[in-house]
Amino acid sequence: MSKLKLATVWLDGCSGCHMSFLDMDERLIELAELADVVYSPLVDTKEFPDEVDIALVEGAVASEDDEKKIRKIRAHSKLLIAMGDCAITGNVPSMRNPIGPEAILNRAYIENADAQPQIPCVVVPKLLRIVRPIHEFVKVDVFLPGCPPSADTFHTALTALVTGAPLDIPALTRFGA
Amino acid sequence: MSETVSNVKTLVIDEQEVSALAGQTILDVARENDIYIPTLCHLEGLSNVGACRLCLVEIKGGNKLLPACVTTVFEGMEVSTHTERLQKHRRMILELLFAERNHICSVCVANGHCELQALAQDQGVTHISLPYRNPELTVDASLAQFTVDHNRCILCTRCVRVCAEIEGAHVWDVMGRGINSIVITDLHDNWGSSSCTRCGKCVQVCPTGALFDKSKVGSDHPKYPDFLPYLNLMREAQ
Amino acid sequence: MTIEELEQIAKSVCQENEKYDFEVNVCMDLACSSQGAQQLKDALVKAAETSGKNVHIRRTGCMGPCSSGPLVRVDPEEALYHHVNADHAEAIVNSLGGAPVPDLQCDLNEHFDKQVRVVLENAGYIDPEKIDEYIARDGYKALLTALTEMTPNGVVHRITESGLRGRGGGGYPTGLKWGTVAKASGDVKYVVCNGDEGDPGAFMDRSVMEGDPHRVIEGMALAAYAVGASKGFIYVRAEYPTAVGRLTAGLRDARRRGLLGNNICNTPFNFDIEIRLGAGAFVCGEETALLASIEGKRGTPRPRPPYPAVSGLFGKPTLINNVETYANIAPIVRNGGKWFANMGSERSKGTKVFALTGKIANTGLVEVPMGIKLREIIEVIGGGVPGGHTFKAVQTGGPSGGCIPAEMLDVGVSYDALVRLGSIMGSGGMIVMDDTSCMVNVARFFIEFCMTESCGKCIPCRAGTAQMFTLLTRFCNGSGTMDDLELLESLCSTVKEASLCGLGQTAPNPVLSTLKYFRNEYIEHIVHKRCPAGVCNIQAPVTDQKEVLA
Repeated sequence: MSKLKLATVWLDGCSGCHMSFLDMDERLIELAELADVVYSPLVDTKEFPDEVDIALVEGAVASEDDEKKIRKIRAHSKLLIAMGDCAITGNVPSMRNPIGPEAILNRAYIENADAQPQIPCVVVPKLLRIVRPIHEFVKVDVFLPGCPPSADTFHTALTALVTGAPLDIPALTRFGA
Repeated sequence: MSETVSNVKTLVIDEQEVSALAGQTILDVARENDIYIPTLCHLEGLSNVGACRLCLVEIKGGNKLLPACVTTVFEGMEVSTHTERLQKHRRMILELLFAERNHICSVCVANGHCELQALAQDQGVTHISLPYRNPELTVDASLAQFTVDHNRCILCTRCVRVCAEIEGAHVWDVMGRGINSIVITDLHDNWGSSSCTRCGKCVQVCPTGALFDKSKVGSDHPKYPDFLPYLNLMREAQ
Repeated sequence: MTIEELEQIAKSVCQENEKYDFEVNVCMDLACSSQGAQQLKDALVKAAETSGKNVHIRRTGCMGPCSSGPLVRVDPEEALYHHVNADHAEAIVNSLGGAPVPDLQCDLNEHFDKQVRVVLENAGYIDPEKIDEYIARDGYKALLTALTEMTPNGVVHRITESGLRGRGGGGYPTGLKWGTVAKASGDVKYVVCNGDEGDPGAFMDRSVMEGDPHRVIEGMALAAYAVGASKGFIYVRAEYPTAVGRLTAGLRDARRRGLLGNNICNTPFNFDIEIRLGAGAFVCGEETALLASIEGKRGTPRPRPPYPAVSGLFGKPTLINNVETYANIAPIVRNGGKWFANMGSERSKGTKVFALTGKIANTGLVEVPMGIKLREIIEVIGGGVPGGHTFKAVQTGGPSGGCIPAEMLDVGVSYDALVRLGSIMGSGGMIVMDDTSCMVNVARFFIEFCMTESCGKCIPCRAGTAQMFTLLTRFCNGSGTMDDLELLESLCSTVKEASLCGLGQTAPNPVLSTLKYFRNEYIEHIVHKRCPAGVCNIQAPVTDQKEVLA
C-alpha cells in the first residue's frame, strides 16, 4: 500500500495549530509510517502538489492570497480538514471584522509607527474586508475545533481518518479548547 | 387523602415513567429524574421566560414544540426530549447565537466555563454554517468591579431577572428591538454611574463571558449561580 | 338609557334627515382626507348655501374604493362620484334634483355587487362622530336588548352559534374564547380590543375605527356583559390619530348617553373603556405582548399557556379580540347566530374585510362573504391588474402570510384554505403583485419587516430572521449559492417551529410560499445571476463575496 500524501497549510493563523501538531512528538513517527508530508510550512516545498490525500488547513481566510490558496488546496485535496478555530470560526483574525481592515492597518502602521508611517502595499497581498472561516469559501470535510486542538486530538482524529475508525470530534475538542 | 392522590401526575419522558406534582414543569420533573434537557435562559431560582428555545420538547398528540421550562405536566403526558427534529433545531439555535455576535472563545474570560461553549460541544456543533454577522458592539468597563462585553451577550436576560427578582434593584433591562437589542443599566447609563448595588449577582448568573469580574484573570473564571435556589429557600423560611 | 329612549333618538334623527331634500355624503376617511376631502366638504357647504337648496352635507367614514377618492355619494339617488375636488362642488350641488354630473360618476357596480356589508354596513353612511346617527341605524339596540332580555350565557351562545372566528388572524372560534373567559374564575376580568393593526398594506381596522367607532364600543360592551367584565381597553397604535380621535369622541358620547358607565340601561351592568396608545411596535399586535404593553411593560410576548383567557391583563382573565371581531358582534346579537352562520363557507362564517392594495385597479376596502374565490376578489371586485400587466401573485395575511400564485386563484377564501396554500387569513391585508414584482425581492422585503419588528426575546426570531435577510440579500445581489438556499430552508424550519410567538412562527411564510410557487425565480438569481422581473440589481462578477462552493 502506498503511503498517504499529507499536506498542512498555514493561512491567517498564529502557527499554534502546527506547533500542537508537532506536539504529537514520538507519535509523529508512527504517522510518518502511514503518510508522507508532501507540503507544509514545516517542509521545503514551494508548490502545493497536484494530488494530496489529506490537507490540514490552519488559519482563516483574510487576504486575497489566502482565498486563492484555499481554492487551490480544495481542488487538489481529497480530504480537507479545517484545523483549529481560525480555520473554523475566524477566531482572533476575525476580531477586526466589526471595525474593518483600514482601522487595523492604520493602528498598526500609522498611529503606532515610530518612523516612516505607511501602509504596506507592495508584495503583500490585499486584505479582504471580512475575515472568514474556510468553509465559507470551499467545502470542508472535517472540522477539528480548538485553539489549538491538542496533540491528542490530532493523533486520535488522524488515526481514525487514516484507518477509517469512527471519529467523535465533539468528544475530543471544542471551540477555544 | 383523595386530594393528595389527584395532585400526583404520572407521565412518560423519553420512554421513562415518572411521577410529578401538578403544576411542576416538564423541565423540573426531567431534572429530578436525571433526564437531560439543554437550557440556556433558564436558571433555577429565577422566573422562566421561555426565550432560548433550547428546552423545546415534543408532546405526543400535539405538533407544536413546547418549552419544557414553562410547560406544566398533565396526567398521561408523553414527552420526547431528544428527537431528530429537536436536535436539529437546537443546533441551529446554537449556530444562530454564535453567528449573532462576536464570540471568540479562545480569548474569552469564560473559556472553559461558558454554558454556550459547553452546549455547542454537547450538541455536536463543530462549526457554524451561518454567515457571521460581525456587529460592532461596545464594552463597558466603567464600573470598578465588573465589566459588560456586549460582544459575548446572548440576551438570555438572566442578569435582568436576577437584578429585578432577587436583588430587587432592576438596574438591568433590555433596550432596542430584534437583532439590535442590548442589555442596559438604568436608562442606558454607564454601568459605573448607574444605580447598580455592586452585588455581583448578575455576573454569577451570566452564562457566558459577557459579564465578568475584573479581579479574575484570563480563563480562570468559574461562576457560581447555585446560590440562587438556596437564597430563595432561606428567604421563604424567614 | 332605555330601549324606548334609543328608539326616540332614532326617530328624531330620521325626522331631522327628512328636513333635507338631498344628502351629499363626503368620505373623510384617511385616504380621501389626504386628497383634499376637507376642502371639498367646505366647498360643498358653501355651494349649498349659495344655491339655496336644502342639502345635508355629511362627513362619513370609508366608502371603499380608496384609490378613486375623494369620494362623494349623493342620496337618495345613490350616485357615486370619484376623484372629486373642491372645484366640482358647485357642479354637484347644481345637479341635485337633476341628472348626475356625468364626468364624475364612476361605474363601480361590479365592485360593489359582489360585496356583502356587515362590518362596514354603516361606514360611508353615518357621521362617525355622531352617536345618534349610529343609533338611528340600530346602533346599541343589541346591547340594550342583551342587557334587558338575555343572560350572559345567552350572548355567548349566540356568538358560538354564529360560527364567528377571530378576525385578527388566528381564526380562533370567538364563542369558545368568550365561553372560556366567562367560565374563568375571578371577580375582576377585562375585555381588550386589539387595534394595533401593523401589517404593511392593511387598513381594515383603521377604517372601522374611523368610520364606525361605536360599533367597536358596542361589541366590546356586549363582550363585557357576556364574560362578566366591567373594564375594557382599546389598544390603538398612535399612528392612527384619526381613529384615536373618533374613538375618544365615541367613548365620550357613549358615556353621556349612559351607554357606558354604571348601571347601563338601569341594570347592574357597569362597563367603561380606556384607550391605550401603542408606540409603534408591530409585535404589540401579538396578544401577550399587547397585554404587557397595556400594563406599562416592555411589549414582548410570553409563552402560552397560560392563555389570556385564564391569566391575562394584570394576571386577570382577559378577553382579547381584534377590532373587526368586535365589529361583528352587534349584528350577530341583533340578527341571531344563524343569520351570520348562513353567510360564508363551511368552517369560516360571515364576511371578511380585506384591504386590497398593490397592482390592482380598485385599491381600497372590500367586504366579501367567506368562501368567495380569490379570483372574484381580484378580477371582479378589484378590477384586475391595470396597465396591461399580468397577475403574478397575491400576498394575504401581511408579513406573516404567503404569496399565492395565479394557479390557485380559484380557491375559496377561508381560514383553512389559505393555510393549506401556505398563507394565512391574517387580519385581512391583500397585496396584489404583477409581472413587475420579483418574488425573491418580495420575500426579502417581508423578512426585513419581520427582522426589524422582531422583539428580540427569542433567538430563532431575533437572529433567524436577520440571517434569512442576509441570505435573501445575497440572492438579490447575485452572490447567493445553492448551499445558501439549503441553509435558508433549514432556517425557515427552525424559525417557524421554534419561535416563541406568532410573529416568528409565521415570519418564514413569505419565503416558504415563494419557494413553493416561484422556486424557479430563486434558481434564476442563484444559478444564472438573473432577475426575471428585472427588479434586482445583480452585478456580475461579485468579488469579496461568498462564491460558489467547490
